[in-house]
Amino acid sequence: MPGARAVEDRVIVWLKAAVFLVGLSPGLWLFWLGWRDELGANPVEALSRGTGEWTLRLLLATLAVSPMRRLTGWTVLLRYRRMLGLFAFFYACLHVLTYVVLDQWFDETAMLDDIVKRPYLTAGMTAFLLLVPLAATSTRGMMLRLGRRWRALHRLIYPAAMLGVVHFLWQAKIDTTEALVYALLLALLLAMRLPWLISPVLAGGCPPTRPERTHQSVSAIRSP
Amino acid sequence: MLIRSHKKIPSSEITPRWVWEDRRHFLAYSSVGLLGLASGAVWGVSPPDTRGARIPGLLKGQFSSGELPTPYEDVTRYNNFVEFGADKRDPALRAGSLRTRPWTLRVEGECEKPGDIGIEDILSGFTQEERIYRLRCVEAWAMVIPWVGFPLGDLLKRFGPTAKAKYVAFETLQDPEQMPGQRRASLRWPYVEGLRIDEAMHPLTLIATGLYGEELPNQNGAPLRLVVPWKYGFKSIKSIVSIRFTQNQPATTWNRLQPEEYGFYANVNPDVEHPRWSQRYHRMIGEGWLSRKRKTELFNGYTDEVGGLYSGMDLKRFY
Repeated sequence: MPGARAVEDRVIVWLKAAVFLVGLSPGLWLFWLGWRDELGANPVEALSRGTGEWTLRLLLATLAVSPMRRLTGWTVLLRYRRMLGLFAFFYACLHVLTYVVLDQWFDETAMLDDIVKRPYLTAGMTAFLLLVPLAATSTRGMMLRLGRRWRALHRLIYPAAMLGVVHFLWQAKIDTTEALVYALLLALLLAMRLPWLISPVLAGGCPPTRPERTHQSVSAIRSP
Repeated sequence: MLIRSHKKIPSSEITPRWVWEDRRHFLAYSSVGLLGLASGAVWGVSPPDTRGARIPGLLKGQFSSGELPTPYEDVTRYNNFVEFGADKRDPALRAGSLRTRPWTLRVEGECEKPGDIGIEDILSGFTQEERIYRLRCVEAWAMVIPWVGFPLGDLLKRFGPTAKAKYVAFETLQDPEQMPGQRRASLRWPYVEGLRIDEAMHPLTLIATGLYGEELPNQNGAPLRLVVPWKYGFKSIKSIVSIRFTQNQPATTWNRLQPEEYGFYANVNPDVEHPRWSQRYHRMIGEGWLSRKRKTELFNGYTDEVGGLYSGMDLKRFY
């Protein structure tokens, strides 16, 4: 039924547009507040915090895709994973830019000193550097070129997310609630990938209800 | 005809009058609160207007900095006052529940005339003056604040500290009803601070009762707040209810929580870094987006006045 396929594709495209707007909205909101000088008494701190939090939230959303697909059987979810991951990287870039430009004003001696000396900054910067190759190899072309190695490489999202949460936790002064919530969610999402937890779900839960689309990309980006 | 009365509504179920009369705001605040929960931000809410009454007949005090004061809105909306929440916007939004009248300060310990003194007697008994001081927070930001107050030493002398009084210990009010942040054990309550007696008697050390020529807003530590401009802001304890002269160095809140991060002295010092960040630079609040950080000075720039208190002391050890 080619007609149904076309409708389905169009729905996927519209949903993609919706996910794109949702992913972009916190950035637009921060930009709007900054433009109107409504980020409070310490705008640099507010921007740094906002972009950092959205990086973590989107990393968690990216990591939630595979377990969600397993639980629901909706393979289509995988179609949105790259966009979520790239948005996480987008906010990570804004976060690092806030630090380099607005906070430190390109003072590379101070920054190097800071990053080497302060464990929370070491963790955060490492997490960012781990995300760079993932963003760079997110295209379909790179997927095809790297083949099986692509999957291995993209497992770097696990240490990146862990270091990101640790970075958030270590910079807190007293209120660690939000960081602990992220840590808990991350632990849950990682635990759902453990083989002995997955197999009972797969066996009992949700057998594939329809033949999977044999799209090159879908089979290539199947989660590790 | 007798009309039988309906089941009585328990008073606890009656909407308080202020909620009803203020229902639009109540709804707006609650929905924004929900949004805030979702996004982790409550930027949309503007805090209630808390401007205090003008304090008449203020003198310009000595030691005032010639720097431009930080805008009133920033001084009163960017506060660390964990008793009202951990976020810096919390105190301005939530400190309305603090009742600053009546207020009694208890002074006791190693002194000849221990006793209680009411806020009215304090306000009328000491000459209030304006002092524009720099405030440097341990988190590497700073403000310039036109305080109103009087030297702490003037107050302490009235109680006749004895030769055994080597230190002064301060305590904030403890009342989770008025201070919702105290319902969580984020810090050990009440907040306590301390100074060496010579630091406490130093003419720079102030008891603040106001700022910008007006009564102190609750979020800034009303009605009595310590101001020690050469030390990190957390030493300047807020909403003080007790002062005690002691022989031994008293415990202090942040030192108890993280001794390697926060010392008893907590003098501003660019050469002693906080384990998690540098203290070499600070950001001036209120200067906006594109301002550069400034160099932090030893004793927050008050070395001429207070450097002598620490001659011969290893400031890296006694941080």
